[in-house]
Amino acid sequence: MKTVGIVGASLAGLQTARELRRQGHDGRLMLVGDEQHRPYDRPPLSKDFLAGKTGEADLALEAEGEDLGIEWRLGTTATGLDVAARRVELSDGTTLQADGLVIATGATARSLPGVAGLDGIHTLRTLDDARALRDDLSKARRLVVIGGGFIGAEVAATMRSLGLDVTLVTSGPVPLAEVLGRQMAEAIAARHEERGIRIIRGASVTGLTGTGRADGVLLADGRHLPADVVVIGIGVIPNTGWLRESGIELGDGVICDEGGATSAAGIVAVGDCAAWLDPASGRHHRAGHWTGARQQAAVAAVTLLSGGEVRPGPQRPTYFWSDQYDMRIQFSGRTQRMDSVSVEDGDVTGDGFLAVYRRDDRPVAVLGVNRLRLFSRRRRLLETEPVQVG
Amino acid sequence: MKILACPLAALPPGEAFRIEAEPPIAVFHTEDGELHAIDDTCTHQDASLADGWLEGCEIECPLHASRFDLRTGRADAPPAKLPVRTHQVAVEDGDIYVLPSDTPPNLPPGVTVKGTT
Ligand SMILES: Cc1cc2nc3c(=O)[nH]c(=O)nc-3n(C[C@H](O)[C@H](O)[C@H](O)COP(=O)(O)OP(=O)(O)OC[C@H]3O[C@@H](n4cnc5c(N)ncnc54)[C@H](O)[C@@H]3O)c2cc1C
Ligand code: FES
Repeated sequence: MKTVGIVGASLAGLQTARELRRQGHDGRLMLVGDEQHRPYDRPPLSKDFLAGKTGEADLALEAEGEDLGIEWRLGTTATGLDVAARRVELSDGTTLQADGLVIATGATARSLPGVAGLDGIHTLRTLDDARALRDDLSKARRLVVIGGGFIGAEVAATMRSLGLDVTLVTSGPVPLAEVLGRQMAEAIAARHEERGIRIIRGASVTGLTGTGRADGVLLADGRHLPADVVVIGIGVIPNTGWLRESGIELGDGVICDEGGATSAAGIVAVGDCAAWLDPASGRHHRAGHWTGARQQAAVAAVTLLSGGEVRPGPQRPTYFWSDQYDMRIQFSGRTQRMDSVSVEDGDVTGDGFLAVYRRDDRPVAVLGVNRLRLFSRRRRLLETEPVQVG
Repeated sequence: MKILACPLAALPPGEAFRIEAEPPIAVFHTEDGELHAIDDTCTHQDASLADGWLEGCEIECPLHASRFDLRTGRADAPPAKLPVRTHQVAVEDGDIYVLPSDTPPNLPPGVTVKGTT
């Protein structure tokens, strides 16, 4: 393989470039990204960066002096793909043709219909989003966060710590319930409420009020929540629009096997845009987290360079972290198939705890709050114990 | 001055031992039978590398997955950007000893060595 083109210049794209070089690819390496910025780290955007504790230089994903011999095409959007020719059409009218292609276009934050044109409403996915949100929040007193996912919970926690009046609106029973399960999500929610965040559960947002600038959120039960700034954190949509006409198989993301191979020869997909096969469940799903993108990069580089000959080893269970107030939250595994959860260290009302989720007495997931050491041990057990299929 | 870690027999291959020095040191016994010692604290944030995932001669940070080379201390990729220090290891009469490096450590922001300013 002489040339490789990577589309999407963020964590998954850059990490795949690194892996390709590490695994011996010494031909041309072209990296296309629609953002103007060099690859940067997104997790701090809802945490220390939003709080003003770290600056933009700290976000760089490249190490100082790192030189991978990449031909950068930043500020350029991929608009189409010819799978047979492995040719990508670009927004500047040129094309990029390569022996191997990596799709790493990530995801975009979902928004609510009918909010276009109103100021004071934000989603948070990019550095530009974070800059705009930070500016707007510096003048705000009341923040309403719509959405019960991690980004919403983190923004709420960060801004409450800075003294804002914060309301968190979720359509589910409690924020984070989908990932952490109801019981543990309640424990985390209690921490938010202790700090003075108002959580509105089971709510359905019917609209936003204000002319020119949003001044509140309307709920189906008639309540009106006044706001200076509204943050919408209702999930993401994989960036696969540019592939729609290409014939490459798409589902909730680019459909891949367990090695990252797409339905097209010589093309792999990694990170938040890719729905990899989970052999244990037989389903495709998107990782959607930092370490998932990193691990997939290593595997997909092998797949690409070996032409699919080298098969991947077993996947490690999902892992992600989140920081909210002084809580260092870590999670690994899946709660979907659990039938019980027990706190095995600490206390959900104390300074931290460790909880293990089980199905038929076998651990399937582990959650740690300020329990780094114990969490690592428990996580390792999860990773080395063969996962029960079914 | 060298520090006693633990008996070699107490550290099977694939395992790590944390010495509660200032700053803490992690000793690793790789699957290939090599012994390596590095600073235990990740250079990105306050996480113990002894709790990480050991693969070959690399340790993956348990928090954000930067990997450090046990031989050189170098981080493969951000979020960690600075290397950890490496320390000399010796086995004498079945015990593992570490000779701490005298270069200054690259501790993460907010972490300081007790007893210094
Ligand atoms: C605010 C925030 C906080 C987070 N916090 C955590 C956390 O605490 N823990 C955790 O595990 N994960 C966290 N994540 C998730 C993590 O950042 C993502 O999983 C990771 O960024 C995925 O990397 P990626 O490269 O696949 O996608 P992305 O980072 O989305 O990058 C995709 C890139 O491709 C570009 N692109 C898209 N379409 C095109 C096109 N057609 N042509 C050219 N370029 C294109 C995009 O502009 C972008 O630069 C967080 C994410 C956000 C936004
Ligand atoms: S604390 Fe080690 S990589 Fe972040």
